[in-house]
Amino acid sequence: MFNSFIREVKQRKATVVIGSLLLFTITTAVSAGIKPSKDDAMIYLRPDAIPQPANNRITAERVELGKMLFFDPRLSGSNWISCGLCHNPALGWSDGLKTAIGHGMKILERSTPTILNTAYQRLQFWDGRERTLEKQALGPIASMGEMNQNLDELVDELKAVPGYVKLFNEAYPEDGISKSSIAKAIASFERTIVSQDSDFDLWLKGQKSNMTESAKRGFQLFQGKARCVMCHNGFNFADDGFHNIGLPNNKDEGRYKIKPVKVLKGAFKTPTLRNVALTAPYMHNGEFETLKEVIDHYNSGGKRNMGNLDPNMQKLHLSKKEKADLLAFLLSLTSEPVEVSIPQLPVNP
Amino acid sequence: MRNYKVTYLFVISLFVFFSSAISAAEYTIGQKDKQFVKDGVLIEKFTIKVGDKINFQNQDPWFHNVFSLSDVKTFDLGSYPKGESKAVVFDKAGLAEVECAIHPQMFLEIEVK
Repeated sequence: MFNSFIREVKQRKATVVIGSLLLFTITTAVSAGIKPSKDDAMIYLRPDAIPQPANNRITAERVELGKMLFFDPRLSGSNWISCGLCHNPALGWSDGLKTAIGHGMKILERSTPTILNTAYQRLQFWDGRERTLEKQALGPIASMGEMNQNLDELVDELKAVPGYVKLFNEAYPEDGISKSSIAKAIASFERTIVSQDSDFDLWLKGQKSNMTESAKRGFQLFQGKARCVMCHNGFNFADDGFHNIGLPNNKDEGRYKIKPVKVLKGAFKTPTLRNVALTAPYMHNGEFETLKEVIDHYNSGGKRNMGNLDPNMQKLHLSKKEKADLLAFLLSLTSEPVEVSIPQLPVNP
Repeated sequence: MRNYKVTYLFVISLFVFFSSAISAAEYTIGQKDKQFVKDGVLIEKFTIKVGDKINFQNQDPWFHNVFSLSDVKTFDLGSYPKGESKAVVFDKAGLAEVECAIHPQMFLEIEVK
């Protein structure tokens, strides 16, 4: 009786030992070798072809002209603010500020979005109020709060600069210098600002990368438990959609001012996560200084504001390690550094 | 004579009511991969008759909304998750533009004849 009991215990022990060994082997195998799924490269690598409208195909002349206009402070009423002042290439094509600063040092209500990969975006601005980059380009130039430039006067100013007359004639021989060709040139330049390979992309391609195991686990969490992919999907990690993500300090109705549908109260466009490590602070109102704070916010499930909260927002119950893995994944989305040259501008006569 | 007329009108209107109820069709339009689909295929325009009903079914893993601010039919179905559907009866002829507020690339024209 006693002997058989001992035997049973020994057998059980053996089963437990074998079981734990098996479990250990499986978990180490899984964590050591997280591989991209067969669809991941198709979903997450940037398509080489840059979307461009039929009436404004990208040419070298148009991009060169657009780049000059982009960095030219004469496009503002004060002749002091260029597009590139807020969309600064040294700062991930944003400005590193909580919210933007406009004409007369006025602090604006929303943060400066990056212009990275905007060619692939269906709607422009935080509230999506313009469809095309051409229409977007003139918005901040003419806005009194931003660059405060009368557009008709701008056309006259540029016509007086011989260097610009030549460049416009080469880039847009049919238009010459007009509001439309100014917008088209800037849009053409902006379309060339696209993300480059990051460690995440190199890993997807099966090439040598610094993609850590933590970042790979973070990628799995991103698509699973952390629910990020509900909105941040596709290669640009953006759904071209609008969501109220329950920010504690949001007082801005956002998209609702453009489309008065209830689910859009306090909703803003999902931004790209490409190069997200370069564009702190975060959110349309810049209320989070670090990505760690952003992750903590999503982990909390958000706070209903203006009677609205996107139903995709839920408490996530992420552990400390899982949060660290998610952060590692977000950091793996930073492109290889790109050198951006600043053009010498045509001088006034 | 007067009573006869009333009865006649009543019978006619009953007939019209039931025949329209019988002939009214019901369709399901899905929301899949951030597109409106009919039987799994992308559609941008769909023609129905006055009185027809459309069930808008979310087939994506994330929430969708369906709304229209058209004169023909103004509605906002709120947002709902995968598997759920909400119905709209189109009771007036004309053109209705149906969208998802969350994903503005989703756009469907419904012609009510």
